[in-house]
Amino acid sequence: MTSADLKDTTAIVIRPVEAADLGQVIAIDAESTGIQKTDYWYELFHRFGTGHSRQRLFLVAESEGTIQGFIIGEVRDWEFGSPSCGWVFAIDVRPGARLAGLGTKLFDSICAGFRHAGVDTVRTQVSRDNNLMLSFVRSQGMMAAPVITLEMSLD
Amino acid sequence: MATSLALYSTLEFAANPGRPVTAAEIAAKYGVSLHHLSKVLADLARAGLLDSVRGVGGGYRFAGNPKRLTLLDVIELFEQTVESGNGNGERNEVETALAQVLSEIDEITKATFGSITIETMLKLVEKHRNAGSPVAEKMQR
Ligand SMILES: CC(C)(COP(=O)(O)OP(=O)(O)OC[C@H]1O[C@@H](n2cnc3c(N)ncnc32)[C@H](O)[C@@H]1OP(=O)(O)O)[C@@H](O)C(=O)NCCC(=O)NCCS
Repeated sequence: MTSADLKDTTAIVIRPVEAADLGQVIAIDAESTGIQKTDYWYELFHRFGTGHSRQRLFLVAESEGTIQGFIIGEVRDWEFGSPSCGWVFAIDVRPGARLAGLGTKLFDSICAGFRHAGVDTVRTQVSRDNNLMLSFVRSQGMMAAPVITLEMSLD
Repeated sequence: MATSLALYSTLEFAANPGRPVTAAEIAAKYGVSLHHLSKVLADLARAGLLDSVRGVGGGYRFAGNPKRLTLLDVIELFEQTVESGNGNGERNEVETALAQVLSEIDEITKATFGSITIETMLKLVEKHRNAGSPVAEKMQR
């Protein structure tokens, strides 16, 4: 299936992840990052994928039995004194399925989930040299948050 | 100044795809010198972002890809990317430390302008227009 076939995004279902999807989720992540992190994904599934909490969301985009992408996020309360807000910390769409609106559908769905959980702001963190992710989140209407991420080497 | 004019103009043309817009229209809307603006539009046309329209009224039409053209692409047509610090020879530790802070700012600036496309900007303009903000009113004038 190509991204042209996926242009009709009505054929796409966005739903909570299930255990049976994990193999495909791990493969999509491995294709993007070059690292196969099976244990990490099983742990994420247990923390975010059970569907028991409104605060934690792990959604997948499925078309005809194939997982085409996923998004993960959670509501964080009073982090560094900030009022509760939704955090998106992972999103990935299969390379062959990109630019067909799936990323947008996943993002819209997690935002709907955050609203349902009672928050009105969504945040994410993107490496400043990751132009693809920055362009994507900008296209969704995100602007710089009033926070600055800082770090230092502990050497 | 040329850079701001280029950004305003690019957004005006992109917001009116297909419709020729004249330099006089934009100059009147933003209250800027027609002479200065005409030079900027000629530069944008030379870079392939505008097509000139012949015939009655004349003007230019947007020729770029609003989904991929970023604010940085437009800015870089008019400004060199600035290297902070003393350009010639070795830097001392004060210059190096200051250059590190300045490059932090430059990196953020570049990442911001380089990830905002003209289409994303048009959505933002629309949002301000709907909210009736003073910025939007200025843009509409
Ligand atoms: C970022 C990503 C999620 C976007 O998914 P997608 O399904 O292609 O997104 P959409 O089709 O909904 O695109 C929405 C908008 O994002 C922007 N965008 C997406 N891909 C882009 C690209 N390659 N270049 C420029 N802008 C782009 C565009 O504005 C696009 O709108 P348009 O199609 O009208 O031009 C996808 O490219 C991806 O998974 N990238 C890898 C992310 C990654 O590394 N994840 C691992 C760490 S979390």
